[in-house]
Amino acid sequence: MKRYLPFIIVAVVAIATLGSGAMLYRARPPHRLTVPKDKSVSAKGDAESMHVRGDPKAPVTLEEFGDFQCPPCGSIAGFLDELVKEYDPHLRIVFRNLPLSMHEHARDAALAAEAAGLQGRFWDMHDVLYREQATWSKAANARELFESYAGMIGLNLDQFKKDMEGEKARARVDSDQERANSLGVKITPTVFINDYQMGPTDKTPEGLRAAISAALKEKS
Amino acid sequence: MTVSRFRNILFIVVAIVSLAGLTDAAYLTVQALTGETAVCGGSPDCFRVLGSSYAKVTGIPVAAFGSLAYFSVFSFATFAAFGYARARLFLTLTVGAMFLVTLWFLYVQAFVLHAYCRYCLFSAAITFLLAGLVIALPPSQDASDA
Repeated sequence: MKRYLPFIIVAVVAIATLGSGAMLYRARPPHRLTVPKDKSVSAKGDAESMHVRGDPKAPVTLEEFGDFQCPPCGSIAGFLDELVKEYDPHLRIVFRNLPLSMHEHARDAALAAEAAGLQGRFWDMHDVLYREQATWSKAANARELFESYAGMIGLNLDQFKKDMEGEKARARVDSDQERANSLGVKITPTVFINDYQMGPTDKTPEGLRAAISAALKEKS
Repeated sequence: MTVSRFRNILFIVVAIVSLAGLTDAAYLTVQALTGETAVCGGSPDCFRVLGSSYAKVTGIPVAAFGSLAYFSVFSFATFAAFGYARARLFLTLTVGAMFLVTLWFLYVQAFVLHAYCRYCLFSAAITFLLAGLVIALPPSQDASDA
């Protein structure tokens, strides 16, 4: 018996570790948020304050709370654009700014995007910010880079600088953050499809396609 | 206390300490698999480290390799305590490799990411402790064993 004791001990620890790991994995379905009906993006009066990509009348809405300096947000930004094209005209994407305090330049990036939005070029700036995220995230003076991006996408630079400091851009970012707070959103990217939050492992191209297809089926 | 008894006690202590590391690494593995490290939020530095490209090797979370390493240390220490001579050699090699890898990840956190994750620092402390215990092990063939 003593000869087999070390094998038994190791086997017990292996089973205990795998069992605990499996239990922990199963016990952590993330708390899924839902958007109450009165706060749904299809509620009246909200249309003008949203940045929408895709057909504004699309039956399926993907609402993303994103931080321009968040690497996982940068990862999904690319394929969200592809999804809109793939599901056109059935899918629209709504972007909400949620710059996190842990990211030094995130709020400035959000203001840059909103300032570009005041010249009708929100999505162009959104795409550039995510594409160049690795560069400006580490820059000492990210604002200079944002101004160069503004020039690159053909914005009126003086107006852009003024708008970045202005009340309208700030109010837009604050409004998105208030919405996030009211819904209990604390992390980025947080994605809702037709008001139901996607889980951590659903935010892959396959996971989102499955959720969008399910939402389309529900609507038809 | 004889040298062999002291050695066995050290092997048992190594096994127990490695369980603490295994718990830490297993927890991080589950976090990585549930996608909880693939977001920004919560503890800023932890997410900066655990969500970085250094946290995965060929798509597999580093914590999973850590779990395997700690389990190996536990297994080798257990067998060594029961007198399996070769287990001590494998224990030494495994702890040595873990020590070097830990130094690398501390370098990455300090000089590349400029952020520290407390779970990783705990694991580093465990690894350094294990390395110290392995160094403190008396040689196997000691004439003073009684």
